[in-house]
Amino acid sequence: MSDALSVQDLSVAFHTRAGVVHALDRVSFTVGAGETLALVGESGSGKSVTAYAIMGLLEAAGQVTSGRALLGETDLLAASPASLARIRGKRVAMIFQNPRTALNPIRPVGTQIADVMRRHGGATWFNARARAIEALRAVGIPDPARRTRAYPFELSGGMCQRVMIAIAMAARPDLLIADEPTTGLDVTTQAVVMDLIAEMAAQTGMATILITHDLALAAERARRIAVMHAGHVVEVAETATLLARPMHPYSARLIAATPTAAGTLEELQSVPGALPDLRGAAIPACRYAARCDRRQADCGETLHPHEAEPGHSIACHHPLGVAA
Amino acid sequence: MTPLLELDAVSKRFPLGRRRLFAKALPPEVHAVSEVSLTVHAGETVGLVGESGCGKSTLVRLITRLLDTTEGTIWFDRREISGVPARFFARDTNRADIQMVFQDAGESINPRFTAADAIADPLRKLLGLRGAALQARVEEAATQCGLPLALLGRYPHQLSGGQRARVGIARAIGTHPRLLVLDEPTAALDVSVQVTVLKLLQQLKAELGLSYIFVSHDLNVVRLLCDRVVVMYLGRVVESGPAQQVFDAPRHPYTKSLIAAVPRLEGARPEAPRLVGDPRSPIDPDPNACRFHGRCPVGFDRCGTAMPALREVAPGHLAACHLND
Ligand SMILES: Nc1ncnc2c1ncn2[C@@H]1O[C@H](COP(=O)(O)OP(=O)(O)OP(=O)(O)O)[C@@H](O)[C@H]1O
Ligand SMILES: Nc1ncnc2c1ncn2[C@@H]1O[C@H](COP(=O)(O)OP(=O)(O)OP(=O)(O)O)[C@@H](O)[C@H]1O
Ligand code: SF4
Ligand code: SF4
Ligand SMILES: [Mg+2]
Ligand SMILES: [Mg+2]
Repeated sequence: MSDALSVQDLSVAFHTRAGVVHALDRVSFTVGAGETLALVGESGSGKSVTAYAIMGLLEAAGQVTSGRALLGETDLLAASPASLARIRGKRVAMIFQNPRTALNPIRPVGTQIADVMRRHGGATWFNARARAIEALRAVGIPDPARRTRAYPFELSGGMCQRVMIAIAMAARPDLLIADEPTTGLDVTTQAVVMDLIAEMAAQTGMATILITHDLALAAERARRIAVMHAGHVVEVAETATLLARPMHPYSARLIAATPTAAGTLEELQSVPGALPDLRGAAIPACRYAARCDRRQADCGETLHPHEAEPGHSIACHHPLGVAA
Repeated sequence: MTPLLELDAVSKRFPLGRRRLFAKALPPEVHAVSEVSLTVHAGETVGLVGESGCGKSTLVRLITRLLDTTEGTIWFDRREISGVPARFFARDTNRADIQMVFQDAGESINPRFTAADAIADPLRKLLGLRGAALQARVEEAATQCGLPLALLGRYPHQLSGGQRARVGIARAIGTHPRLLVLDEPTAALDVSVQVTVLKLLQQLKAELGLSYIFVSHDLNVVRLLCDRVVVMYLGRVVESGPAQQVFDAPRHPYTKSLIAAVPRLEGARPEAPRLVGDPRSPIDPDPNACRFHGRCPVGFDRCGTAMPALREVAPGHLAACHLND
């Protein structure tokens, strides 16, 4: 499978009054054409920052300090603002984590979709409205023709989310970054929306980065899963492998925290400890070390992600399922 | 046991577009909430689930008195609160008793407030706390929600999504309310924090006898936390009952579709069922048809000509479907 996107050694730092926050450190992963890669990890692990960096949408305080993000031949991180603006929306589209604030509050949603359709989706003045209605219907909004005139505040949270999805898909991008695309949607609508993304991927070869907290959703929808922790990618593997035989202690903890259709609240365990402070120079090589129950003396040594087995890469000195 | 909260046939309709002064016809209306009746007892956790756009947030905004009802009555602790116009409820005696955690913590927190300001705001306004007492209560609430005190000086944009959600919950529990209405409080949280928050909610409930209305799309979470569950579809309650019973033996076709669509760690079911067809419009819906008709996998003729009533199908278990007749 050819890589639609290859992210290599992406590092991002934020300059704040309280010091430099090293939010991402040498993040690497690839997504194949037509493939869905799930990016999972605790809140604050750097999933959205990764997405924003790829999209060239980091806020002013954030700076890419190393790395490349190759979309085909183009390095998105080196592209000029003008060419990036052309790529964005057309070749790369993003569904934002916070739908309501990403929509323009004073323009009807139908107009906003029609705008994108005209700019990037090949629609004309004459058919843009009809295509906007079609896009709303595809994401399951009832009475789409009348709803095109609604303002974002008149829609439920989930409906705004669906409008955002309709906008992102309108341009038929090569790469879709979906940051919690179905958060706020009920599971039946979620299934419809995820089917839509999967259909589009199958039809056009669109690559998808699915950012989610929901390991069960990743289990059903992604071919591979990349686990992030404190700005590091700690494990990447095929979905079934990662869920059945996680090798990084952190991945195993995340799985143990996921509610299922059986079991009690008492049985669920949160990941102990908190993300480390990512300011300053004294960040440990393994950013999970302070929380890890497998830590040993050599865990302070330099750590590079390596392939533990074909297609299964991991950044840990003492992985699970491997004799210590 | 007297109910803490009671709703009797509560409806909310939003007119679409501006009302014209001398127009003969009424403007079309979005029927966001239709004839909803429910009770919440002290110490009880009621889960509210349903399709996105079915009126859950509107219903909780009616309960927390941010919105006025179009019809129906709401009692809190045997006092009718639906008579108090929403714009006066901010100064109402029951205001601090009912607190809300919003769907989107990032959005509901003023961007110019630090985390500490956000948590302090209702304490100042509703309880009149100042100085050291205020500071202590802010820190108590933050600690209870697992929010490191070092983050209290940060602004929302400097916090991750999950950290903002914790601020939202800390803000709500600060006033020591009796009813906490949580609108998808864990949607933005990762599973690890979610476990902590769910355990925290359970602990607060045990310690303080709090009642919750818990809106969520995560049925696994609803099952873990809730005593009873209420299922809505296009503004109406279609099923309600003891949570475990509803999940084990749902009696409404919509509830069945919902449960079947919950993603599983083991991967997708081989023939996962899908709800096909367009949802009916919430704009002036046909009063003489089941609102699920057209998408219902088992619908039949009568579903298009008569609205099914909500009936008891087992003790404490209600469902609105002609198939249960
Ligand atoms: N403007 C900023 N200034 C300082 N730190 C920031 C800024 N923006 C993000 N960060 C930090 O970068 C880290 C990664 O944040 P990010 O939003 O990518 O997390 P996430 O994995 O998307 O979390 P969530 O699941 O909650 O959305 C966090 O520690 C966050 O505090
Ligand atoms: N201010 C408003 N004006 C017009 N219509 C509105 C308004 N607020 C809500 N609605 C409509 O009322 C219906 C119910 O919306 P509500 O936000 O209650 O849904 P919800 O069940 O909370 O959905 P979600 O799960 O997506 O949050 C929707 O059709 C919505 O478009
Ligand atoms: S490197 Fe050591 S501390 Fe880090 S995750 Fe592996 S075992 Fe734990
Ligand atoms: S009344 Fe008819 S359409 Fe409605 S849920 Fe029952 S079978 Fe389905
Ligand atoms: Mg994020
Ligand atoms: Mg809502």
